Amino acid sequence: MRGWRDELPILLGVLPFGVIYGALAIKAGLPPLMAQLMSCIVFAGSAQIIQTRLVAAGAPGLIMIVTGFVVNLRHALYSASVAPHVRHLSRPWKWLLAYLLTDEAYAVVITRYTSSERVPSPDFRHWYYFGAGMALWTTWQLSTAAGVFLGAQIPESWGLDFALPITFIAIVVPSLKDRAGMAAALVGGLVALAAFGLPLKLGLIVAAIFGILAGMIVSARRR
Amino acid sequence: MSPQDPSLWIILGIIGLLTFAIRLSFIEWLGAKKIPAVFTHTLRFVPLAVLTAIIFPEIFMRNGEMAVNLANTRMIAGIVAGLVALRSKNVLLTIAVGMGMFWILQVVTHAAN
Repeated sequence: MRGWRDELPILLGVLPFGVIYGALAIKAGLPPLMAQLMSCIVFAGSAQIIQTRLVAAGAPGLIMIVTGFVVNLRHALYSASVAPHVRHLSRPWKWLLAYLLTDEAYAVVITRYTSSERVPSPDFRHWYYFGAGMALWTTWQLSTAAGVFLGAQIPESWGLDFALPITFIAIVVPSLKDRAGMAAALVGGLVALAAFGLPLKLGLIVAAIFGILAGMIVSARRR
Repeated sequence: MSPQDPSLWIILGIIGLLTFAIRLSFIEWLGAKKIPAVFTHTLRFVPLAVLTAIIFPEIFMRNGEMAVNLANTRMIAGIVAGLVALRSKNVLLTIAVGMGMFWILQVVTHAAN
């Protein structure tokens, strides 16, 4: 059960996201129970924070679903990457571990599984993964609850909604490592400004598609 | 979709199921398959494009209009936060400085008016 211990430093980073999500969900008008249960049902930070904004803007359900799908599509990569390590497990284990497969759990688990000297024996591997995933899950639920509670106390004048772009800046900027990534971000941002007036909050999806295309074009040219 | 609409539960349920299906995809169904390199490359750009597409209108627009000027406290605090993130790569510090800067500017502009 070393998984939860290796996850500890990451938990500190997750804590504020959970609180911010919970508070934004309440500010968007979601009932507290729904805000909390979304953390169990979806269990994906960025996607949940984006949903609060879509709810606040009155976006239609289909847009919410498509946006959530696109934002979480990257988890398919993690799924492919951990698949060989969980192949021998029973179905309930596989499903449980798939549910716990977040960015943060993946980062810790795959580091452990692929490091040469610290590979746990196959009999215990899934316990490591389970420990890391559950530590994260528990932190996410508790920090959501804290945010739901705080969100109701914080007055409108504090401009709490500004925590959303600030949080995303803190996530995006450090991961801008090459030109293709920068192109994806820049084009996504600029198209979002140009397409802001589109009906049904379609601007976000349109901007995402253009941004992804820009990233692909730049990386294709440099190869 | 209004936040009080009961059908929001269904929407959230679908989003949850889709997210779970994505996470389960290769573990349960596609285990032996290799992901095409194009797919891997493309997915890397998704969060960058989506998150920036949310950031830009939040900081460069006010009330649905472009607001690229020094009176836009969100823009200035956002740019400062971006610089802090670039230098420090520290998530907590970025959030703290960004929100702090925003509150200070709010107070200053209120006092000036």
